[in-house]
Amino acid sequence: MRHPSHRRPWHRLPALAPAVAALAFAVALRVAPAGADEIFVTNERDNTVSVIDSATYAVTRTFPVGRRPRGVVFARDGKRLFVCASDSDTVQVIDADSGKTLADLPSGEDPEQFALSPDGRTLFIANENNATTTVVDVESRSVKAQIDVGIEPEGMAVSPDGKIAVTTSETTNMVHWIDVATLTAIDATPVDQRPRHAEFSKDGKTLWVSSEIGGTVAVIDVATRTVTRTIHFEIRGVASDRIQPVGISLTDDGRLAFVALGPSDRVAVVDARTFQVTNYILVGRRVWHTALTPEQDRLVTTNGVSGDVTIIDVPSLKAIRTVKVGRFPWGAAIRPVAGAAPAGEAAAGPK
Amino acid sequence: MRGETRRDGPERPARPPRRPVVRVAVSMVVSLAAFGVAAPARAAEPVGIAYLERRIERPNPLNNEDPVPADQGLRGAELGLRDSNASGRFVGLSFALTSRVVEPGADIRAAFAGLVAGQGKPRFVVVNAPAADLLALADAPEAKDTVLLNVGATDTRLRDADCRARVLHVIPSRAMLTDALVQLLVFKRWSRILLVSGPEPADGLYAESLRRSARKFGARIVAETSFDARGADLRDSALREFALATRGPEHDVVAVADEAGEFGTNLVYNTEAPRPVVGTQGLTPAAWGRAVEAWAAAQLQDRFRKLAGRTMDPTDWAGWMAVHTVGEAAVKLKSADPAAIATLMLSPTFEVGGFKGRALSFRAWNGQLRQPLYLLWPGAVVGAAPVEGFLHRTTELDTLGLDRPESACKAFGG
Repeated sequence: MRHPSHRRPWHRLPALAPAVAALAFAVALRVAPAGADEIFVTNERDNTVSVIDSATYAVTRTFPVGRRPRGVVFARDGKRLFVCASDSDTVQVIDADSGKTLADLPSGEDPEQFALSPDGRTLFIANENNATTTVVDVESRSVKAQIDVGIEPEGMAVSPDGKIAVTTSETTNMVHWIDVATLTAIDATPVDQRPRHAEFSKDGKTLWVSSEIGGTVAVIDVATRTVTRTIHFEIRGVASDRIQPVGISLTDDGRLAFVALGPSDRVAVVDARTFQVTNYILVGRRVWHTALTPEQDRLVTTNGVSGDVTIIDVPSLKAIRTVKVGRFPWGAAIRPVAGAAPAGEAAAGPK
Repeated sequence: MRGETRRDGPERPARPPRRPVVRVAVSMVVSLAAFGVAAPARAAEPVGIAYLERRIERPNPLNNEDPVPADQGLRGAELGLRDSNASGRFVGLSFALTSRVVEPGADIRAAFAGLVAGQGKPRFVVVNAPAADLLALADAPEAKDTVLLNVGATDTRLRDADCRARVLHVIPSRAMLTDALVQLLVFKRWSRILLVSGPEPADGLYAESLRRSARKFGARIVAETSFDARGADLRDSALREFALATRGPEHDVVAVADEAGEFGTNLVYNTEAPRPVVGTQGLTPAAWGRAVEAWAAAQLQDRFRKLAGRTMDPTDWAGWMAVHTVGEAAVKLKSADPAAIATLMLSPTFEVGGFKGRALSFRAWNGQLRQPLYLLWPGAVVGAAPVEGFLHRTTELDTLGLDRPESACKAFGG
């Protein structure tokens, strides 16, 4: 199968002379169309963050960050960006406009993914290498707690009401439930092999968890902490063990779920009410994570092997652009242009 | 018994998982164990796993290589124990590992009896020993209620006519290894092979396996020669002797069958024609290796390096995988009942992760763990098998090694 960019030469805009890109940036700044956003992408292998203007689909700037950047999320004000620099063992606080590092947060060893609590100041960080979740107060830059969880914690999410945090452990194969008030692990729910990502529905009633090796997505009832639905994927012409669910995005209206399917190079579209898979969208190679724009009209995917991101038009469910970024793009976070506060939960990007 | 090393007595289980250490400025650390919250109030008896090894005499290193580690395999099993305990505590389970190493010539059955004395049945014993030992154990009356997990013997016959019920092979067979290698050669159209074999029986088995794999995938052995390193001092004679040994009809690669490493490493760059060396040295097929990084393997490699202070080799990986398999089955069942664990492990629906990018499982017809293999040179992973394009109607993983119709194994009811 071919990547969209191989077919459509006009996707190669970012490869044009920097002057053109700079011009595009200037134009975008002056007349930012309604709904224009900035997409921040962590490049795991390059130790950089690429910034894409959603109006022009040009990479407007690339700035260096710590080693092996993965998880990325915006602060509520949309001005500060948090980046998990996994091999630097820190979470960096970055000024999103200038790309300057403002502070390094104590994150525990090997932070991979994290989630910002609705209070805007508590970060829950999965420490992949030492089986803990580190809870950090962003304002005082101090560790509030370290909580033992299963081996290789990866996915992190906080419920919309801020009362429950969850982390998924990739080798223990469980969802660990953390009571935010007491910062204790209160329960564990077994899921399929290698759970990678967790995402709460906007109403907080269900939790979606992807299992990379199991090849499934578990829909968990938050009240009872039991799996109520297991979603399977099947793509004609693709071996079932190449279908490896990783990133999940849920639309605010509760209608759709997007599931990145790793080396199958596709994003599954799931009806979030019936849990039926309705569509598979071909994107770049080894798709990791996804993020919705604040307007919910575009979905961005990070494609680790092909080193690009795919922009999907949500109403038509079509891949409309491919934008080349750095090597091994991993996470994406989106904010409205010019640093306006991101609207809604989705602006925080993948957790 | 005489000559037996006791590394870790049955009464002393290996250490529980290390507490996490934070290396950052921490204002207040509340480390909260999840025991007692997710787990039932009273912990069940630990699930006992034993590790039994036959020490092998190895030739002295030719090129000042690091010697094969004395704790090869065992350290992997110890990491498997640590991982299993870290996961098990969330469902109120714990695991204990006891181990023994038997010296060459000593009685492995007696060591087995001492090792598992007092353990509930069935028992789980990870065996890192040659095929003869494994069969002696499998056939011994005292091992009747035991699941043996083979991490040391690659002999294909153990997955064929000499298979045994309750013997699961975590380490790949020679057939799987040479199938992986030949798949890559055929993919690259390097399918004309000149084969150089050492004098040991194991070398003969490797060579025979290569011939079978070549037939299976349409490669061709264009010529065969043998080489005995004992005849000369390679430091003096390599330049001439290897050129003579590798003179032959037109070929794409020189395949070497030298399992103990008597000369194969020195054959690289010393062939008559400028051809790559593949097989037991040069480009080698293996279950694991230092350069394996993808599919989160880097995490397992990191954990192993922290534990053992060295890199993880295929036997270490198999040791880890063996214990992890028992742990995973127990955690899935939320049960310490050995009978239930054994039943699940041996059931055709059991799947377990192994940092290889796919769910791994045991072949129902001969107890072999189906798994991707790596094609490695000391610097990097060249590729992984099953190689793209080698298809199978059930799973491409079964293009490696003995498929159901090819195996004469009947012990699993097949």
